[in-house]
Amino acid sequence: MTEGLEFFWYLVVGLAMVAYTVLDGFDLGVGILHPFAKTDIERRTFLNAIGPVWDGNEVWFVIVGGALFAGFPEVYATSFSGFYNLCMCLIAGLIFRAAAIEFRSQKPSRAWRTTWDWVFALSSLAIAFLLGLALGNLVEGIPLDADHVLLTEHFSILRPYPILVGIMGVALFTMHGAIYLVMKTEGPLHEKVKKWTMWAIGGFLFWYALTTWATLTYMPHMVAKMREEPYLFLVGLFALLVLLNIIREMKRNHFGHAFLSSCISIAVFISLFGIGTYPVLIRSEIDPAANSLTIFNASSSSLTLKVLMIIVIIGVPVVLAYGYWIYRIFRGKVKLGSSSY
Amino acid sequence: MLTIFFRGVLVDAVLLSRIQFAVNIGFHYIYPPMSIGLGLMLVIMEGMYMKTKNPLYKQMTKFWVKVFALTFAIGVATGLVQLFAFGTNWARYSRYVGDVFGSALAAEGVFAFFLEAGFLGVMLFGWDRVKPAIHYFSTICVAAGAHFSALWIVVANSWMQTPAGHTIVGEGSQARAVVTDFWAMIFNPSSIDRVVHVVLGCWLTGIFLVISVSAYYILKKKFLEFAKTTMKIGLIASAIGLVLQLISADSSSQIVAKHQPPKLAAMEGVYTTEPSTPFSLIGWIDTETRTFKGIRVPGALSFLVHKDFTTPVTGLDQIPEDEWPRVNTVFQAFHLMVYMWFAMAFVTVLGIYYFWKKKLQHKRWLLWSMVISVVFPQIANQVGWIVAELGRQPWIVWGLLRTSQGTSLSVNANQIVGSLTMFVVIYLLLFFLFLFLLDRKIKNGPEEATVGPLYRDVLGIGKKTKKGVYEL
Repeated sequence: MTEGLEFFWYLVVGLAMVAYTVLDGFDLGVGILHPFAKTDIERRTFLNAIGPVWDGNEVWFVIVGGALFAGFPEVYATSFSGFYNLCMCLIAGLIFRAAAIEFRSQKPSRAWRTTWDWVFALSSLAIAFLLGLALGNLVEGIPLDADHVLLTEHFSILRPYPILVGIMGVALFTMHGAIYLVMKTEGPLHEKVKKWTMWAIGGFLFWYALTTWATLTYMPHMVAKMREEPYLFLVGLFALLVLLNIIREMKRNHFGHAFLSSCISIAVFISLFGIGTYPVLIRSEIDPAANSLTIFNASSSSLTLKVLMIIVIIGVPVVLAYGYWIYRIFRGKVKLGSSSY
Repeated sequence: MLTIFFRGVLVDAVLLSRIQFAVNIGFHYIYPPMSIGLGLMLVIMEGMYMKTKNPLYKQMTKFWVKVFALTFAIGVATGLVQLFAFGTNWARYSRYVGDVFGSALAAEGVFAFFLEAGFLGVMLFGWDRVKPAIHYFSTICVAAGAHFSALWIVVANSWMQTPAGHTIVGEGSQARAVVTDFWAMIFNPSSIDRVVHVVLGCWLTGIFLVISVSAYYILKKKFLEFAKTTMKIGLIASAIGLVLQLISADSSSQIVAKHQPPKLAAMEGVYTTEPSTPFSLIGWIDTETRTFKGIRVPGALSFLVHKDFTTPVTGLDQIPEDEWPRVNTVFQAFHLMVYMWFAMAFVTVLGIYYFWKKKLQHKRWLLWSMVISVVFPQIANQVGWIVAELGRQPWIVWGLLRTSQGTSLSVNANQIVGSLTMFVVIYLLLFFLFLFLLDRKIKNGPEEATVGPLYRDVLGIGKKTKKGVYEL
């Protein structure tokens, strides 16, 4: 029973990660693309495309962190203290980004708006990169001792493989945000964004191929499970098919389907990460078998996991129901009005 | 390694982490009380609109929704920091309490944050997209979400003050608190009283923001009809809130007396346990000589705690010295909080009297006091938390884990100096931006914002409408 509980919570954390990446992913992508919009109307259209939803999307970040704290406190404690400097940069990025979105439209002055435009773009870029960097470090592993404390002397967070994953993160969110904007815009801006989207897809495919090659070559532990269970390679193949489908749907002008494919591809990438690492949550470079934090040695008590399960079973369907309803209210093309940003 | 001494005390990673946490949470806590208090005011105002269909109330709601959005945005941005703060600087504490904190934080995320952030979009941007009743429903959900977040986080904090429903598993560095009884943990001895006390503090914060802005408009003779109505709502709400807060304060202090005697002793500077324990009105404690200078009412503390004038209240002499909090700081913070209640009561009583006599407009000194009164509940909130948290020292979890045993081992003082500097810079910037934008919103007033020629001149866009203003 307890093993089932731990696995359940592992799935919850994983699904929360998917929800966060899918939802805040397009927000961040819109932010990265923001400076490419030239006029104030275009930039406001971008901002208002995410205006009513970005805040709710960011809550998923809190959910991922909170779910770790709740179900796997060891992982929360070790990763957040181990990645101290990264966390501080991420915090700065998140604060500046929220401030930029909220403050930009408060004053009709060009200098004011241009400043916040750049803050918005750079903070979005930084967050996307830092999230990828953190994930890359989790894949490569960090020096954990037997008490699960990070040995800081011989550790640098800026290693080649995590940096590569960071750049892939930026490319992924740019693509995802571009497709979202294609759905939300009309007229000349729509045509312009469509062109960017093809570039963004191409760019992502390049970084994706590079990261896949690096993973296969330098991170053999990530594919060990696939070698044991060859059918898992189908998941990798599926990822490629979904990506190609994005291009197909874009060409057919089915932008909703393209966006859906982009969402699915994100879910598949995170599944690949999960398949490669399970049941390890934080890999120890020093002694992977003994010092790594897994869903079994890092979890809360079974009573807490049961309580968490009840909270999720009651709360999440309600959240999804009204979340869907809110998205429906603001569906369709962006219309600027008196209460817009 | 960097070594700093301040007044002969080594400034180490523990102290730096404490300072950083205090800076983070103190700055954050300027905003959520405004959101929670304004949430309540919005429910009242939009409710009046739903009932009377008087457009004045709609205008009122729309104006305060904008202020709410500003406080909420900074509240969220600074609140995200708290999610990190436990893990980054307090890893050993997080491991220790994770099992207990987990369910409360998960409930906060699922039941509170989504509700608040999700419906905020409808409340801000949905005026023309949904029916008035649905909009009002969204406003209620936002306010409820704001209240729920306060509920869960204060429950978690209350467990740190009066732990219950748990057992300790493991020893030494492997020791962990594990939940054995979920409901006993949630309803630990101080939960309900502290939640009520905090929420009432938040209500007063929102209420006095409304009173302050209304007084400003009356002083400047702008939007008079609007301002008088909001003033009336504010004064009535304040009177109710202050009475409730007095009852809650009494109840809270009983809990402290029962479960955290050293905290109460520090709040009143009681070093010796003696019959007819006095209550201090004002004073200063010399912690070297352990003497008190000031005015004391004999027997009053005994009465407040035990409801009779002679039963002694536990003094610090009953408690090992290494478990004492910083007595004078806790004492001063507690008394400042009490003075703030009196300041709010003073403004409210006189305000209601002159409002009722229809003379408020001419009492400029009172109106100016009302403008300033926005800081009274803010100060009370800040010092109140200083009493709660500093009064708990040297424990991070009362009686179980010392603060010095809660820090992260993989983080050094240099890193914290760096991040602390970053936070101070960011917060100063955010605070000035907040004041600047709040000031603009207040000066623009409740009338629909029109975009003047400035906008068009600067950006070369917008079209002229019949009224001669430029729309976007």
